[in-house]
Amino acid sequence: MTYFNQVFAIAGKDLRSELRTKEALNASLSFAVVILLLFSFVVDPDSEMLEQMSGGLLWMVFAFSGVLILNRGFARELPNDCLDALIASPIPGSALFFGKAIANFALIAIIEAICFPVFGILYNLTWTAQLPVLVAVSALATWAMATLGTMFGALTVNMQLRELMLPMLIYPMLIPALMSAMQLTTLLVAGQAIDSEHIVWLRVLIAFDIIFTSLAAVLVETVLVG
Amino acid sequence: MRDKLIYGAGIFAALYFVRNLYVILLQLPDEAMQGAVYRIFFFHLPPYFTAVACFLGAAIASGLYLKTKNWKYDVFAVSATEVGLALAAINLVTGMIWGRQQWGIWWTWDARLTSALITWLIYLGYLMLREGIKDPSERAKNSAVLSIFAFFAVYFTYKANEWYRTQHPGPVLTIRTGKNTIDPAMQAMLFHNLGAFLLLAVVLVAVRMNLEDSQRAVESLRRRAHAIA
Amino acid sequence: MTALQAHDLWKYYGDFAALQKVGFEFAAGSCVALLGRNGAGKTTLLRILAGLSQASEGEVRILDGNPRQASVRSRIGIIGHGIGIYDDLSAEENLLTFARLYAVPNPAKAVDHWLERTDLARVRRGKAREFSRGMRQRLAIARAFIHSPNFLILDEPFTSLDDRAIALLQGLLKDALHQGATVVLSTHQLKEALELATHVLLLNRGKLAFSGVRTAEMLANPGWVYQHYGEAA
Repeated sequence: MTYFNQVFAIAGKDLRSELRTKEALNASLSFAVVILLLFSFVVDPDSEMLEQMSGGLLWMVFAFSGVLILNRGFARELPNDCLDALIASPIPGSALFFGKAIANFALIAIIEAICFPVFGILYNLTWTAQLPVLVAVSALATWAMATLGTMFGALTVNMQLRELMLPMLIYPMLIPALMSAMQLTTLLVAGQAIDSEHIVWLRVLIAFDIIFTSLAAVLVETVLVG
Repeated sequence: MRDKLIYGAGIFAALYFVRNLYVILLQLPDEAMQGAVYRIFFFHLPPYFTAVACFLGAAIASGLYLKTKNWKYDVFAVSATEVGLALAAINLVTGMIWGRQQWGIWWTWDARLTSALITWLIYLGYLMLREGIKDPSERAKNSAVLSIFAFFAVYFTYKANEWYRTQHPGPVLTIRTGKNTIDPAMQAMLFHNLGAFLLLAVVLVAVRMNLEDSQRAVESLRRRAHAIA
Repeated sequence: MTALQAHDLWKYYGDFAALQKVGFEFAAGSCVALLGRNGAGKTTLLRILAGLSQASEGEVRILDGNPRQASVRSRIGIIGHGIGIYDDLSAEENLLTFARLYAVPNPAKAVDHWLERTDLARVRRGKAREFSRGMRQRLAIARAFIHSPNFLILDEPFTSLDDRAIALLQGLLKDALHQGATVVLSTHQLKEALELATHVLLLNRGKLAFSGVRTAEMLANPGWVYQHYGEAA
């Protein structure tokens, strides 16, 4: 019980802090919308190619704009030595990790919730046919981003070039999850259900989430305690 | 004594390579469809396996470092990762040369090349992380954690790319004789060259570990000098 | 009861020994003033005691447990170099967050009590960013005490505090000591610290140069320890 209380104390604090200033959210959202717009120059919005590339485009947008949010994750603990205050408190490392990962997840989910309709409008696509499954897939992939982003945020928190290192570390490792999300999203945005040919991607996503979340929960305390 | 062993192993590896080259260039027959150029495969696949072995070794050493905080595991981890990275680069470059000869293109997004490139980038990130942390204990601890993550990621990357490319098949780099099987002589050669590369990797890791030890000694002397001054 | 015990502590940064074979033992209710020049290893030692960092060798026991144990950490209050409060949150929200982290039984009540005690009740809804320096310091003190710790670790707590905050902190520390709490504080402000201290530790380049009871002589001449046991200038 205390554990959950602590997790949500951290998540709540992070979310409250971010929603108050909206610094990272605004930057992330503007960036996402701009890329969505630019993409109309890459591919003819009326062509069939767009349907094939929809998943790829959307997840590229989320990955790039998501990093702007992930960069803030542990960085917000640096002013006033708040990170020390947190590590000295009785909160277990895994609870700190989950609290921050949940906050990051929620913030990136906000970006996605805005981008999906914008995408539908700009490119004249009905994307809601498979909405529940699409939400589930997005949640899994966003959690993958949040997990790796929070973990590597802890790893790079004291580095000078943190904002450069974080994307450099996250992107290559995230590729399997992104690939799965792209494959499934293309399918779902076009209104098709996940068939036996594509179910393997769902398995990859779930396995990715389970394995990396477990690794992170176990190793985060080692990283944070000097 | 240890240095003598390393030199000896190095010379043996060099001779092994010379012998293998001789066999590859002069004794093995041409491949059914690719002609003479297939021989580069012997310098394409063995480095890849050796690199993966190095990365696995690094991940295990990292885990042991986190458990025991014994420096020698950290030294091994960074040395094995660097050697693995070099071998993975050889894998990529030979793949590109081969692809260029075969299909006239410098790059193809086949499952193995793609996952090899991603793997290379992941471990490049490891080295960049080490560069960016100055305190040795923190550097060892954080890069150990990253190394463990990296190895799991490499596994996922390989599997995911395999599945992806089965849906989007493209040109595949491999060797076959006329009957769609590998000539036993070629197969034997593959193992021989793998042996040579593994031996080379051992020698290089040992040399790199010596280098790392010297570097640490210099760093600590510098720190001591500053503390006294 | 022994509240604080250190045995053969070593801390290495690479090959550099920041702490060398440091050992001491203090009973509950002690107030230990940790002295030493800059770079002597005071902050390193305090960070190990607070569970922020691990000793390379040796053992530390606080309240008969390992500093990293959650049950021990929940009894420790710390004030480090940084004040450890969130600028974007209000005073109330800051304290509530930490109260929840420390599993304080009735968080809202504890927050109210400490806002009163540090005279911040009027500005409880104000963002910490908007506070004056003195107010931020008092908020930090509230944060450190909100879970009624019986072990306090303070790293140069009197540095750059205004008079009001110094008086507040001294009062709180006296009360805590009366109730049997143990305090370890490092300081350059010898006078304020020696008034409270029952014992004195002097670190010199990572080594323990002096460990003993705080005498009346030290109180009269704050520089006494440095003069007798400090390194040659």
